[in-house]
Amino acid sequence: MAMNTRILKELYESSEENFGITVLKLKGEDLLPLVTLLKDECGFDLLLDVTAVDYPDCELRFEVVYHLYSSRHNRRLRLKVPVPESCPAVPTLTGLYGSACYAERETHEMYGIEFSGNGDLRPILLYEGFDGHPLRKDYPIDGEQPIVAYRK
Amino acid sequence: MEQASPVRSYLEQTANPNNVLVNIGPSHPATHGTIQIIAELEGETVRSADVHCGYLHRGFEKSAEHHPYHKIIPYTDRLNYCSSLNNNFAFAGAVERLLGIEITPRCKYLRTLLSEYNRLADHVTCIAATVMEMGAMTAFLYLMTIRDYIFEHLNHLTGARLTYSYVRIGGLARDLPEEWLKRLEEILLFYERYIERIHGLLDRNRIFIDRTRDVGVMTQEQALHWGFTGPILRSTGLACDLRKDIPYLAYPELDFEVPVGIKGDNYDRYYVRMREMDESVSMIRQCMLRLPSGPVSVNDPRVTLPSKEQVYTRTEALINHFKLIIDGIQVPAGEIYLAHEAPNGELGFYLVSDGSERPYKLHVRSPSFAHMGGMHTLLEGYQVADIIATFGSMNMIGGECDR
Repeated sequence: MAMNTRILKELYESSEENFGITVLKLKGEDLLPLVTLLKDECGFDLLLDVTAVDYPDCELRFEVVYHLYSSRHNRRLRLKVPVPESCPAVPTLTGLYGSACYAERETHEMYGIEFSGNGDLRPILLYEGFDGHPLRKDYPIDGEQPIVAYRK
Repeated sequence: MEQASPVRSYLEQTANPNNVLVNIGPSHPATHGTIQIIAELEGETVRSADVHCGYLHRGFEKSAEHHPYHKIIPYTDRLNYCSSLNNNFAFAGAVERLLGIEITPRCKYLRTLLSEYNRLADHVTCIAATVMEMGAMTAFLYLMTIRDYIFEHLNHLTGARLTYSYVRIGGLARDLPEEWLKRLEEILLFYERYIERIHGLLDRNRIFIDRTRDVGVMTQEQALHWGFTGPILRSTGLACDLRKDIPYLAYPELDFEVPVGIKGDNYDRYYVRMREMDESVSMIRQCMLRLPSGPVSVNDPRVTLPSKEQVYTRTEALINHFKLIIDGIQVPAGEIYLAHEAPNGELGFYLVSDGSERPYKLHVRSPSFAHMGGMHTLLEGYQVADIIATFGSMNMIGGECDR
Protein backbone atom coordinates (compact mmCIF):
# COMPACT_ATOMS: atom_id res chain seq x y z
CA MET A 1 0.00 0.00 0.00
CA ALA A 2 2.85 2.38 0.84
CA MET A 3 4.37 1.84 -2.56
CA ASN A 4 1.04 2.36 -4.17
CA THR A 5 0.58 5.65 -2.37
CA ARG A 6 3.87 6.78 -3.87
CA ILE A 7 2.83 5.71 -7.34
CA LEU A 8 -0.53 7.39 -6.81
CA LYS A 9 1.15 10.67 -5.90
CA GLU A 10 3.11 10.64 -9.13
CA LEU A 11 -0.07 10.34 -11.14
CA TYR A 12 -1.76 13.58 -10.13
CA GLU A 13 -0.65 17.18 -10.05
CA SER A 14 -2.51 18.61 -7.09
CA SER A 15 -5.00 17.59 -4.46
CA GLU A 16 -7.36 19.50 -2.21
CA GLU A 17 -10.41 18.96 -0.03
CA ASN A 18 -13.79 20.29 -1.11
CA PHE A 19 -16.80 19.76 1.18
CA GLY A 20 -15.75 16.27 2.17
CA ILE A 21 -14.58 15.21 -1.28
CA THR A 22 -10.93 14.86 -2.24
CA VAL A 23 -10.25 16.61 -5.52
CA LEU A 24 -7.36 15.50 -7.70
CA LYS A 25 -6.20 17.36 -10.77
CA LEU A 26 -4.32 15.35 -13.33
CA LYS A 27 -3.19 15.05 -16.92
CA GLY A 28 -5.16 13.06 -19.47
CA GLU A 29 -2.43 10.47 -19.97
CA ASP A 30 -2.38 9.64 -16.25
CA LEU A 31 -6.12 9.09 -16.03
CA LEU A 32 -6.26 5.43 -16.95
CA PRO A 33 -3.36 4.26 -14.73
CA LEU A 34 -4.65 6.34 -11.82
CA VAL A 35 -8.24 5.13 -12.03
CA THR A 36 -7.10 1.52 -12.49
CA LEU A 37 -5.06 1.83 -9.32
CA LEU A 38 -7.90 3.54 -7.47
CA LYS A 39 -10.31 0.81 -8.49
CA ASP A 40 -8.08 -2.20 -7.87
CA GLU A 41 -6.13 -1.06 -4.80
CA CYS A 42 -8.18 1.63 -3.10
CA GLY A 43 -11.69 0.20 -3.47
CA PHE A 44 -13.26 2.93 -5.60
CA ASP A 45 -15.82 0.61 -7.11
CA LEU A 46 -18.52 3.06 -8.18
CA LEU A 47 -18.12 5.62 -10.95
CA LEU A 48 -20.94 8.01 -10.16
CA ASP A 49 -20.69 10.56 -12.84
CA VAL A 50 -18.77 12.03 -15.74
CA THR A 51 -19.28 15.61 -16.86
CA ALA A 52 -17.28 18.60 -18.03
CA VAL A 53 -17.01 22.32 -17.36
CA ASP A 54 -16.36 24.85 -20.10
CA TYR A 55 -13.97 27.75 -19.42
CA PRO A 56 -13.78 29.53 -22.82
CA ASP A 57 -11.07 31.95 -21.69
CA CYS A 58 -8.66 29.34 -20.35
CA GLU A 59 -5.84 27.87 -22.36
CA LEU A 60 -7.15 24.42 -21.49
CA ARG A 61 -10.77 25.13 -22.24
CA PHE A 62 -12.53 22.07 -20.88
CA GLU A 63 -12.24 20.33 -17.58
CA VAL A 64 -13.54 16.77 -17.60
CA VAL A 65 -14.85 15.92 -14.15
CA TYR A 66 -15.28 12.43 -12.68
CA HIS A 67 -16.91 11.50 -9.41
CA LEU A 68 -15.89 8.24 -7.78
CA TYR A 69 -17.20 6.53 -4.69
CA SER A 70 -15.84 3.72 -2.59
CA SER A 71 -18.67 1.71 -1.08
CA ARG A 72 -16.25 -0.11 1.21
CA HIS A 73 -14.53 2.95 2.69
CA ASN A 74 -17.36 5.43 2.14
CA ARG A 75 -14.97 7.88 0.51
CA ARG A 76 -15.55 10.20 -2.37
CA LEU A 77 -13.18 11.46 -4.98
CA ARG A 78 -13.39 13.99 -7.76
CA LEU A 79 -10.94 13.84 -10.64
CA LYS A 80 -10.42 16.80 -12.92
CA VAL A 81 -8.69 16.52 -16.25
CA PRO A 82 -8.18 19.80 -18.15
CA VAL A 83 -8.08 19.39 -21.93
CA PRO A 84 -7.51 21.95 -24.72
CA GLU A 85 -10.15 22.90 -27.26
CA SER A 86 -7.90 21.83 -30.14
CA CYS A 87 -7.74 18.27 -28.87
CA PRO A 88 -10.48 17.67 -26.29
CA ALA A 89 -9.70 14.01 -25.71
CA VAL A 90 -9.34 11.81 -22.66
CA PRO A 91 -9.06 8.02 -22.52
CA THR A 92 -12.31 6.16 -21.96
CA LEU A 93 -13.12 4.48 -18.66
CA THR A 94 -15.61 2.06 -20.18
CA GLY A 95 -13.10 -0.76 -19.73
CA LEU A 96 -13.24 -0.28 -15.97
CA TYR A 97 -16.78 0.89 -15.27
CA GLY A 98 -19.95 0.12 -17.19
CA SER A 99 -21.52 3.31 -15.89
CA ALA A 100 -19.00 5.26 -17.98
CA CYS A 101 -20.81 4.22 -21.20
CA TYR A 102 -23.86 6.43 -20.80
CA ALA A 103 -22.05 9.20 -18.92
CA GLU A 104 -19.36 9.52 -21.59
CA ARG A 105 -21.97 9.56 -24.34
CA GLU A 106 -23.70 12.43 -22.58
CA THR A 107 -20.48 14.41 -22.04
CA HIS A 108 -19.50 13.80 -25.64
CA GLU A 109 -22.69 15.21 -27.09
CA MET A 110 -22.99 18.08 -24.62
CA TYR A 111 -19.38 19.31 -24.74
CA GLY A 112 -17.77 17.56 -27.68
CA ILE A 113 -15.24 15.75 -25.51
CA GLU A 114 -13.69 12.77 -27.28
CA PHE A 115 -13.30 9.65 -25.21
CA SER A 116 -10.60 7.79 -27.09
CA GLY A 117 -11.22 4.07 -27.11
CA ASN A 118 -14.98 4.39 -26.68
CA GLY A 119 -16.50 3.15 -29.91
CA ASP A 120 -20.07 3.95 -28.95
CA LEU A 121 -20.44 7.71 -28.65
CA ARG A 122 -23.88 7.94 -30.24
CA PRO A 123 -26.17 10.72 -28.99
CA ILE A 124 -28.11 9.72 -25.92
CA LEU A 125 -30.13 12.70 -24.71
CA LEU A 126 -29.98 14.48 -28.06
CA TYR A 127 -30.77 13.01 -31.46
CA GLU A 128 -28.97 12.04 -34.63
CA GLY A 129 -28.20 15.14 -36.64
CA PHE A 130 -28.04 17.59 -33.74
CA ASP A 131 -25.68 20.37 -34.72
CA GLY A 132 -23.19 21.58 -32.10
CA HIS A 133 -22.66 20.95 -28.41
CA PRO A 134 -25.38 22.64 -26.37
CA LEU A 135 -23.63 22.94 -23.00
CA ARG A 136 -20.65 24.79 -24.43
CA LYS A 137 -20.73 28.41 -23.36
CA ASP A 138 -20.71 29.64 -26.98
CA TYR A 139 -23.90 27.71 -27.83
CA PRO A 140 -26.76 30.22 -27.50
CA ILE A 141 -29.65 29.21 -25.27
CA ASP A 142 -32.10 29.82 -28.14
CA GLY A 143 -29.90 28.21 -30.77
CA GLU A 144 -31.81 26.86 -33.74
CA GLN A 145 -31.33 23.38 -35.12
CA PRO A 146 -31.35 22.51 -38.83
CA ILE A 147 -33.87 19.68 -38.63
CA VAL A 148 -36.19 21.12 -36.01
CA ALA A 149 -37.94 24.37 -36.90
CA TYR A 150 -37.91 27.13 -34.29
CA ARG A 151 -41.33 27.56 -32.73
CA LYS A 152 -42.33 31.19 -32.49
CA MET B 1 -40.00 15.81 -46.18
CA GLU B 2 -38.41 12.58 -45.16
CA GLN B 3 -37.43 12.50 -41.51
CA ALA B 4 -34.40 10.55 -40.42
CA SER B 5 -34.74 8.34 -37.36
CA PRO B 6 -33.73 10.22 -34.21
CA VAL B 7 -31.80 7.21 -32.95
CA ARG B 8 -29.24 4.99 -34.55
CA SER B 9 -29.24 1.60 -32.96
CA TYR B 10 -26.24 -0.67 -33.06
CA LEU B 11 -28.80 -3.41 -33.63
CA GLU B 12 -29.62 -2.81 -37.27
CA GLN B 13 -29.75 -6.36 -38.38
CA THR B 14 -29.50 -9.59 -36.51
CA ALA B 15 -26.50 -11.85 -36.83
CA ASN B 16 -28.72 -14.90 -36.71
CA PRO B 17 -31.33 -14.80 -39.51
CA ASN B 18 -33.88 -16.53 -37.28
CA ASN B 19 -33.79 -13.74 -34.72
CA VAL B 20 -36.03 -10.74 -35.04
CA LEU B 21 -35.65 -7.12 -34.04
CA VAL B 22 -38.47 -5.57 -32.08
CA ASN B 23 -38.86 -1.93 -31.26
CA ILE B 24 -40.59 -1.13 -27.97
CA GLY B 25 -41.45 2.47 -27.19
CA PRO B 26 -40.79 5.37 -26.85
CA SER B 27 -44.54 5.67 -26.49
CA HIS B 28 -45.77 2.36 -25.23
CA PRO B 29 -48.68 1.85 -22.84
CA ALA B 30 -46.67 -0.45 -20.59
CA THR B 31 -43.61 1.76 -20.19
CA HIS B 32 -44.50 4.55 -17.82
CA GLY B 33 -41.86 6.85 -19.20
CA THR B 34 -40.69 7.68 -22.67
CA ILE B 35 -38.00 5.15 -23.35
CA GLN B 36 -37.16 3.12 -26.39
CA ILE B 37 -35.87 -0.42 -26.23
CA ILE B 38 -34.68 -2.06 -29.42
CA ALA B 39 -34.46 -5.75 -28.67
CA GLU B 40 -33.15 -8.71 -30.58
CA LEU B 41 -35.36 -11.70 -29.89
CA GLU B 42 -34.73 -15.37 -30.29
CA GLY B 43 -38.22 -16.72 -30.03
CA GLU B 44 -39.49 -15.12 -26.85
CA THR B 45 -36.05 -14.58 -25.32
CA VAL B 46 -34.27 -11.24 -25.41
CA ARG B 47 -30.76 -11.81 -26.76
CA SER B 48 -29.61 -8.21 -26.68
CA ALA B 49 -31.23 -4.90 -25.96
CA ASP B 50 -30.34 -1.36 -26.90
CA VAL B 51 -31.90 1.15 -24.51
CA HIS B 52 -32.42 4.72 -25.65
CA CYS B 53 -33.50 7.60 -23.49
CA GLY B 54 -33.59 11.33 -24.09
CA TYR B 55 -37.14 11.76 -25.32
CA LEU B 56 -37.87 14.03 -22.37
CA HIS B 57 -34.68 16.07 -22.59
CA ARG B 58 -35.44 19.73 -22.05
CA GLY B 59 -32.02 21.21 -21.34
CA PHE B 60 -32.27 21.56 -17.59
CA GLU B 61 -28.55 22.20 -17.23
CA LYS B 62 -28.45 24.83 -19.96
CA SER B 63 -31.51 26.58 -18.53
CA ALA B 64 -29.98 26.55 -15.05
CA GLU B 65 -26.96 28.49 -16.33
CA HIS B 66 -29.31 31.28 -17.41
CA HIS B 67 -31.46 31.59 -14.31
CA PRO B 68 -30.89 33.03 -10.84
CA TYR B 69 -30.72 30.42 -8.10
CA HIS B 70 -34.21 30.76 -6.72
CA LYS B 71 -35.72 30.51 -10.20
CA ILE B 72 -34.09 27.12 -10.69
CA ILE B 73 -36.19 25.60 -7.91
CA PRO B 74 -39.26 25.04 -10.15
CA TYR B 75 -37.00 23.34 -12.69
CA THR B 76 -35.77 20.89 -10.05
CA ASP B 77 -39.39 19.92 -9.36
CA ARG B 78 -39.54 18.48 -12.82
CA LEU B 79 -36.59 16.15 -12.42
CA ASN B 80 -38.18 13.33 -10.48
CA TYR B 81 -41.76 14.56 -10.51
CA CYS B 82 -42.94 11.78 -8.21
CA SER B 83 -40.79 13.14 -5.40
CA SER B 84 -40.16 16.79 -6.18
CA LEU B 85 -39.42 17.70 -2.58
CA ASN B 86 -36.34 15.48 -2.51
CA ASN B 87 -34.98 17.28 -5.58
CA ASN B 88 -35.86 20.66 -4.06
CA PHE B 89 -34.00 19.90 -0.85
CA ALA B 90 -30.91 18.47 -2.55
CA PHE B 91 -30.56 21.52 -4.77
CA ALA B 92 -31.15 23.97 -1.93
CA GLY B 93 -28.72 22.00 0.25
CA ALA B 94 -25.95 22.40 -2.34
CA VAL B 95 -26.50 26.15 -2.68
CA GLU B 96 -26.73 26.64 1.09
CA ARG B 97 -23.50 24.78 1.78
CA LEU B 98 -21.68 26.87 -0.79
CA LEU B 99 -23.10 29.99 0.88
CA GLY B 100 -22.17 28.64 4.32
CA ILE B 101 -25.73 28.82 5.61
CA GLU B 102 -26.91 26.63 8.46
CA ILE B 103 -30.66 26.07 8.23
CA THR B 104 -32.85 26.36 11.32
CA PRO B 105 -33.60 23.26 13.44
CA ARG B 106 -37.29 23.34 12.53
CA CYS B 107 -36.45 23.56 8.84
CA LYS B 108 -34.03 20.65 9.19
CA TYR B 109 -36.69 18.44 10.72
CA LEU B 110 -39.40 19.55 8.33
CA ARG B 111 -37.18 18.85 5.34
CA THR B 112 -36.40 15.39 6.71
CA LEU B 113 -40.05 14.68 7.38
CA LEU B 114 -41.09 15.84 3.92
CA SER B 115 -38.25 13.94 2.23
CA GLU B 116 -39.51 10.74 3.78
CA TYR B 117 -43.11 11.59 3.04
CA ASN B 118 -42.31 12.15 -0.60
CA ARG B 119 -40.21 8.98 -0.69
CA LEU B 120 -43.30 7.15 0.50
CA ALA B 121 -45.33 8.61 -2.38
CA ASP B 122 -42.60 7.75 -4.87
CA HIS B 123 -42.26 4.13 -3.75
CA VAL B 124 -46.04 3.72 -3.71
CA THR B 125 -46.18 4.99 -7.30
CA CYS B 126 -43.40 2.67 -8.40
CA ILE B 127 -44.95 -0.44 -6.89
CA ALA B 128 -48.43 0.52 -8.08
CA ALA B 129 -47.31 1.00 -11.67
CA THR B 130 -45.23 -2.19 -11.69
CA VAL B 131 -47.98 -4.44 -10.38
CA MET B 132 -50.60 -2.80 -12.57
CA GLU B 133 -48.54 -3.70 -15.63
CA MET B 134 -48.47 -7.26 -14.39
CA GLY B 135 -52.26 -7.24 -14.12
CA ALA B 136 -52.75 -6.62 -10.40
CA MET B 137 -55.44 -3.99 -10.63
CA THR B 138 -56.64 -4.26 -7.02
CA ALA B 139 -53.21 -3.58 -5.57
CA PHE B 140 -52.81 -0.71 -8.00
CA LEU B 141 -56.00 0.94 -6.86
CA TYR B 142 -55.19 0.53 -3.18
CA LEU B 143 -51.74 2.05 -3.67
CA MET B 144 -53.04 4.87 -5.83
CA THR B 145 -55.54 5.70 -3.10
CA ILE B 146 -52.69 6.12 -0.62
CA ARG B 147 -50.78 8.20 -3.13
CA ASP B 148 -53.72 10.43 -3.80
CA TYR B 149 -54.24 11.09 -0.11
CA ILE B 150 -50.58 12.06 0.17
CA PHE B 151 -50.75 14.33 -2.88
CA GLU B 152 -53.89 16.05 -1.62
CA HIS B 153 -52.23 16.50 1.73
CA LEU B 154 -49.09 17.96 0.18
CA ASN B 155 -51.32 20.14 -1.93
CA HIS B 156 -52.70 21.59 1.28
CA LEU B 157 -49.16 22.42 2.37
CA THR B 158 -47.57 23.62 -0.85
CA GLY B 159 -50.40 24.48 -3.21
CA ALA B 160 -49.53 21.85 -5.81
CA ARG B 161 -50.02 18.11 -6.16
CA LEU B 162 -46.77 17.30 -7.94
CA THR B 163 -44.53 20.27 -8.59
CA TYR B 164 -44.24 21.76 -5.15
CA SER B 165 -41.39 24.33 -5.34
CA TYR B 166 -41.72 24.40 -1.59
CA VAL B 167 -38.09 25.02 -0.71
CA ARG B 168 -36.38 28.38 -0.50
CA ILE B 169 -32.65 28.91 -0.28
CA GLY B 170 -32.18 29.12 3.47
CA GLY B 171 -35.50 27.62 4.49
CA LEU B 172 -38.98 26.78 3.32
CA ALA B 173 -41.74 28.74 1.62
CA ARG B 174 -44.03 28.70 4.67
CA ASP B 175 -44.65 26.87 7.90
CA LEU B 176 -47.14 24.01 8.29
CA PRO B 177 -50.81 24.93 8.11
CA GLU B 178 -52.94 24.25 11.16
CA GLU B 179 -54.02 20.65 11.69
CA TRP B 180 -51.55 19.47 9.05
CA LEU B 181 -49.75 17.08 11.41
CA LYS B 182 -53.04 15.70 12.66
CA ARG B 183 -54.07 14.81 9.13
CA LEU B 184 -50.59 13.36 8.54
CA GLU B 185 -51.06 10.89 11.37
CA GLU B 186 -54.44 9.91 9.93
CA ILE B 187 -52.87 9.24 6.54
CA LEU B 188 -50.07 7.18 8.10
CA LEU B 189 -52.66 5.02 9.86
CA PHE B 190 -54.53 4.70 6.59
CA TYR B 191 -51.29 3.72 4.86
CA GLU B 192 -50.63 1.00 7.42
CA ARG B 193 -54.08 -0.47 6.98
CA TYR B 194 -53.82 -0.48 3.20
CA ILE B 195 -50.21 -1.66 2.93
CA GLU B 196 -51.17 -4.72 4.96
CA ARG B 197 -53.62 -5.58 2.18
CA ILE B 198 -50.86 -5.13 -0.41
CA HIS B 199 -48.66 -7.57 1.52
CA GLY B 200 -51.58 -9.97 1.62
CA LEU B 201 -52.28 -9.60 -2.08
CA LEU B 202 -48.74 -9.83 -3.41
CA ASP B 203 -46.12 -11.26 -1.09
CA ARG B 204 -47.05 -14.90 -1.54
CA ASN B 205 -49.07 -14.53 -4.70
CA ARG B 206 -48.08 -17.30 -7.08
CA ILE B 207 -48.47 -15.21 -10.24
CA PHE B 208 -46.55 -12.30 -8.75
CA ILE B 209 -43.72 -14.54 -7.58
CA ASP B 210 -43.48 -16.28 -10.94
CA ARG B 211 -43.19 -12.96 -12.68
CA THR B 212 -40.64 -11.46 -10.30
CA ARG B 213 -38.58 -14.12 -8.49
CA ASP B 214 -35.33 -14.85 -10.35
CA VAL B 215 -36.19 -12.34 -13.05
CA GLY B 216 -33.81 -9.48 -13.75
CA VAL B 217 -31.20 -10.88 -11.36
CA MET B 218 -28.13 -8.82 -10.65
CA THR B 219 -25.08 -9.37 -8.48
CA GLN B 220 -23.56 -6.75 -6.22
CA GLU B 221 -20.49 -6.41 -8.45
CA GLN B 222 -22.69 -5.93 -11.50
CA ALA B 223 -24.76 -3.28 -9.75
CA LEU B 224 -21.67 -1.32 -8.72
CA HIS B 225 -20.10 -1.74 -12.15
CA TRP B 226 -23.10 -0.12 -13.82
CA GLY B 227 -23.32 2.68 -11.25
CA PHE B 228 -26.58 1.57 -9.65
CA THR B 229 -27.57 3.19 -6.37
CA GLY B 230 -30.59 3.36 -4.11
CA PRO B 231 -33.09 0.51 -3.68
CA ILE B 232 -31.71 -1.31 -6.73
CA LEU B 233 -28.21 -1.50 -5.26
CA ARG B 234 -29.60 -2.39 -1.84
CA SER B 235 -31.69 -5.18 -3.33
CA THR B 236 -28.41 -6.95 -4.13
CA GLY B 237 -27.54 -7.01 -0.44
CA LEU B 238 -25.27 -3.97 -0.09
CA ALA B 239 -26.45 -1.64 2.66
CA CYS B 240 -25.35 1.51 0.87
CA ASP B 241 -27.54 4.43 1.89
CA LEU B 242 -26.50 8.08 1.93
CA ARG B 243 -28.76 8.74 4.89
CA LYS B 244 -26.42 6.52 6.90
CA ASP B 245 -23.15 6.99 5.01
CA ILE B 246 -22.98 10.79 4.88
CA PRO B 247 -25.77 11.76 7.27
CA TYR B 248 -27.45 14.99 6.26
CA LEU B 249 -30.47 16.95 7.53
CA ALA B 250 -31.82 15.31 10.70
CA TYR B 251 -30.99 11.73 9.72
CA PRO B 252 -28.14 11.24 12.25
CA GLU B 253 -30.68 11.84 15.04
CA LEU B 254 -33.23 9.36 13.73
CA ASP B 255 -33.40 5.65 14.38
CA PHE B 256 -33.88 3.63 11.21
CA GLU B 257 -32.70 0.54 9.38
CA VAL B 258 -31.46 0.05 5.85
CA PRO B 259 -33.38 -2.88 4.32
CA VAL B 260 -31.45 -5.01 1.84
CA GLY B 261 -32.38 -7.81 -0.52
CA ILE B 262 -30.84 -11.22 -1.06
CA LYS B 263 -30.26 -11.67 -4.75
CA GLY B 264 -31.19 -8.49 -6.56
CA ASP B 265 -34.14 -9.71 -8.60
CA ASN B 266 -37.47 -8.03 -9.26
CA TYR B 267 -39.01 -9.47 -6.13
CA ASP B 268 -36.18 -8.11 -3.96
CA ARG B 269 -36.55 -4.70 -5.49
CA TYR B 270 -40.28 -4.82 -4.68
CA TYR B 271 -39.65 -5.96 -1.14
CA VAL B 272 -36.85 -3.50 -0.43
CA ARG B 273 -39.19 -0.68 -1.44
CA MET B 274 -41.98 -2.06 0.74
CA ARG B 275 -39.67 -2.23 3.74
CA GLU B 276 -38.24 1.20 3.05
CA MET B 277 -41.72 2.67 3.13
CA ASP B 278 -42.22 1.26 6.64
CA GLU B 279 -38.92 2.81 7.69
CA SER B 280 -40.03 6.11 6.18
CA VAL B 281 -43.26 6.02 8.17
CA SER B 282 -41.30 5.37 11.34
CA MET B 283 -38.98 8.27 10.52
CA ILE B 284 -41.92 10.59 9.82
CA ARG B 285 -43.34 9.73 13.24
CA GLN B 286 -39.99 10.39 14.92
CA CYS B 287 -39.77 13.75 13.17
CA MET B 288 -43.31 14.63 14.27
CA LEU B 289 -42.42 13.86 17.86
CA ARG B 290 -39.22 15.84 17.85
CA LEU B 291 -40.26 18.70 15.60
CA PRO B 292 -38.67 21.82 17.14
CA SER B 293 -40.47 25.13 17.21
CA GLY B 294 -39.05 28.33 15.80
CA PRO B 295 -38.70 29.92 12.37
CA VAL B 296 -38.51 27.82 9.20
CA SER B 297 -36.13 30.18 7.39
CA VAL B 298 -32.82 31.64 8.43
CA ASN B 299 -32.60 35.34 9.02
CA ASP B 300 -29.83 36.07 6.56
CA PRO B 301 -30.09 39.16 4.33
CA ARG B 302 -28.12 37.39 1.60
CA VAL B 303 -30.93 34.92 0.93
CA THR B 304 -34.15 35.69 2.81
CA LEU B 305 -36.52 38.49 1.98
CA PRO B 306 -37.14 40.94 4.83
CA SER B 307 -40.64 41.10 6.28
CA LYS B 308 -43.13 43.32 4.48
CA GLU B 309 -43.41 45.51 7.55
CA GLN B 310 -39.68 46.24 7.44
CA VAL B 311 -39.69 46.81 3.69
CA TYR B 312 -42.26 49.56 4.12
CA THR B 313 -40.58 51.24 7.06
CA ARG B 314 -36.80 50.83 6.68
CA THR B 315 -34.66 51.91 3.74
CA GLU B 316 -32.09 49.12 4.21
CA ALA B 317 -34.81 46.50 4.13
CA LEU B 318 -36.31 48.03 1.00
CA ILE B 319 -32.93 47.98 -0.75
CA ASN B 320 -32.33 44.43 0.46
CA HIS B 321 -35.69 43.33 -0.92
CA PHE B 322 -35.05 45.06 -4.23
CA LYS B 323 -31.57 43.58 -4.63
CA LEU B 324 -32.75 40.07 -3.84
CA ILE B 325 -35.58 40.25 -6.36
CA ILE B 326 -33.65 41.99 -9.14
CA ASP B 327 -30.15 40.57 -8.74
CA GLY B 328 -30.91 37.31 -7.02
CA ILE B 329 -28.76 35.46 -4.54
CA GLN B 330 -25.01 35.94 -4.95
CA VAL B 331 -23.25 32.66 -4.30
CA PRO B 332 -19.50 32.85 -3.59
CA ALA B 333 -17.20 31.35 -6.20
CA GLY B 334 -16.43 27.71 -5.68
CA GLU B 335 -17.73 24.29 -6.44
CA ILE B 336 -19.61 21.60 -4.60
CA TYR B 337 -21.00 18.15 -5.21
CA LEU B 338 -23.84 17.40 -2.84
CA ALA B 339 -25.88 14.23 -2.98
CA HIS B 340 -29.05 13.22 -1.22
CA GLU B 341 -30.62 9.79 -1.06
CA ALA B 342 -33.53 10.31 -3.42
CA PRO B 343 -36.15 7.54 -3.69
CA ASN B 344 -34.35 6.17 -6.75
CA GLY B 345 -30.80 6.47 -5.50
CA GLU B 346 -28.03 9.00 -5.34
CA LEU B 347 -29.26 12.35 -6.61
CA GLY B 348 -26.24 14.62 -6.81
CA PHE B 349 -25.95 18.26 -7.75
CA TYR B 350 -22.55 19.37 -9.02
CA LEU B 351 -22.58 23.12 -8.80
CA VAL B 352 -19.84 25.45 -10.00
CA SER B 353 -20.25 29.09 -9.09
CA ASP B 354 -18.24 32.05 -10.38
CA GLY B 355 -19.55 34.38 -7.69
CA SER B 356 -22.45 35.73 -9.74
CA GLU B 357 -26.19 35.31 -9.27
CA ARG B 358 -26.37 32.37 -11.67
CA PRO B 359 -24.66 29.01 -11.56
CA TYR B 360 -21.67 28.75 -13.86
CA LYS B 361 -22.52 25.11 -14.22
CA LEU B 362 -25.12 22.90 -12.64
CA HIS B 363 -24.94 19.22 -13.37
CA VAL B 364 -27.36 16.64 -12.06
CA ARG B 365 -26.18 13.16 -11.30
CA SER B 366 -29.52 11.50 -11.73
CA PRO B 367 -30.01 7.93 -10.54
CA SER B 368 -32.38 6.98 -13.36
CA PHE B 369 -29.87 7.89 -16.03
CA ALA B 370 -27.27 5.54 -14.54
CA HIS B 371 -29.92 2.84 -14.14
CA MET B 372 -30.90 3.08 -17.80
CA GLY B 373 -27.24 2.78 -18.76
CA GLY B 374 -27.11 -0.69 -17.24
CA MET B 375 -30.66 -1.87 -17.74
CA HIS B 376 -29.88 -3.97 -20.81
CA THR B 377 -27.97 -6.41 -18.57
CA LEU B 378 -31.20 -7.07 -16.65
CA LEU B 379 -33.21 -7.71 -19.80
CA GLU B 380 -30.87 -9.95 -21.74
CA GLY B 381 -31.55 -13.63 -21.31
CA TYR B 382 -35.11 -13.13 -20.07
CA GLN B 383 -38.46 -13.17 -21.85
CA VAL B 384 -40.01 -10.26 -23.71
CA ALA B 385 -42.82 -10.10 -21.17
CA ASP B 386 -40.22 -9.71 -18.40
CA ILE B 387 -39.09 -6.40 -19.89
CA ILE B 388 -42.19 -4.79 -18.46
CA ALA B 389 -41.78 -6.25 -14.98
CA THR B 390 -38.06 -5.44 -14.84
CA PHE B 391 -38.49 -1.98 -16.27
CA GLY B 392 -41.21 -1.28 -13.72
CA SER B 393 -39.02 -2.36 -10.83
CA MET B 394 -36.28 0.07 -11.96
CA ASN B 395 -38.67 2.99 -11.51
CA MET B 396 -37.28 4.99 -14.38
CA ILE B 397 -38.52 8.57 -14.25
CA GLY B 398 -38.17 10.31 -17.59
CA GLY B 399 -37.87 13.80 -16.16
CA GLU B 400 -34.91 12.84 -14.03
CA CYS B 401 -33.25 10.55 -16.55
CA ASP B 402 -33.36 12.93 -19.49
CA ARG B 403 -33.17 16.25 -17.65
